[in-house]
Amino acid sequence: MSVALPVGTYGTAFGASGIANGFTVLQTCLLSLLLFSGASQFAFVGVMGAGGSALSGIATGGLLGFRNGLYALRMSQLLQVRGIKKFIAAQLTIDESTGVALAQEERGEAAMRYGFWATGIGVYISWNVFTLLGAYGAQALGNPSAWGLDAAVPAAFLGLVWPRLIDKRTQVIAVMAMVLAVLLVPLVPAGVPIIATVAIALIFGWRSR
Amino acid sequence: MTSVLIVCGTCYLLKLSGYLIPDSLFANPRFQRINTLIPVVLLSALVAVQTFGSKSALVIDQRLAGVLVAAIALKFKAPFPLMMVLAALTSALIYRI
Repeated sequence: MSVALPVGTYGTAFGASGIANGFTVLQTCLLSLLLFSGASQFAFVGVMGAGGSALSGIATGGLLGFRNGLYALRMSQLLQVRGIKKFIAAQLTIDESTGVALAQEERGEAAMRYGFWATGIGVYISWNVFTLLGAYGAQALGNPSAWGLDAAVPAAFLGLVWPRLIDKRTQVIAVMAMVLAVLLVPLVPAGVPIIATVAIALIFGWRSR
Repeated sequence: MTSVLIVCGTCYLLKLSGYLIPDSLFANPRFQRINTLIPVVLLSALVAVQTFGSKSALVIDQRLAGVLVAAIALKFKAPFPLMMVLAALTSALIYRI
């Protein structure tokens, strides 16, 4: 629950962002219900809203969703779920549920499993309720710039990337990605500057140092 | 609407794949390192493009001030909602002047 509530306020921001980027309330809410992974959702609406093609929007969202697949590898060992529960667990496999489960490691596997389910279900409910509120709220407000929503979206991305910038090397990589993306904006179609930065991840991830 | 459903389906299949395929496939440390960096580069790029991009032009406007305020708030470990509100307020204020 302590994780679910702050995530809820973030859901409000996503709801508002969906509307600010030209999506309907229904589409915005479907993304939260069916996609349910904050970074992918923000990226998808951001790329599409900036005039990117559907393909680049889907590719950016999908690349950001890739890590959930790796969380799932770890969680599948822990949860040992079968049948329909496997499909539910998959949808709830996100940063928060995996993070809370792994943080309970010292308290044993039962606590880890409880952490996963409690966080996953709690976040799912609050994320969706607050997405709906944010979407309706933003729709009522009108012009996104007049309410600062145009800055709230990049600020949300900054908030997402901030905890990942754990060392100097990662920080340098982040700055390089920013510079590359900005330089590409005038040269290539919208969405492509973002996907292009995956090259930086490949180059720097290839070598260990 | 189609693209909304496709991106939802793609991301769900990625999650599900972790429950269906053997984990030895991705145990390779190089793969792990790249996977850690992918969100870093994509999110950083999104910060930059959403701050400076306007269609296919680069502009400096009220958004930059909002994002800088957000960075300062994060530096001082401000909670997420506060950081967002400060960024939005700053940007809205400058837009309206």
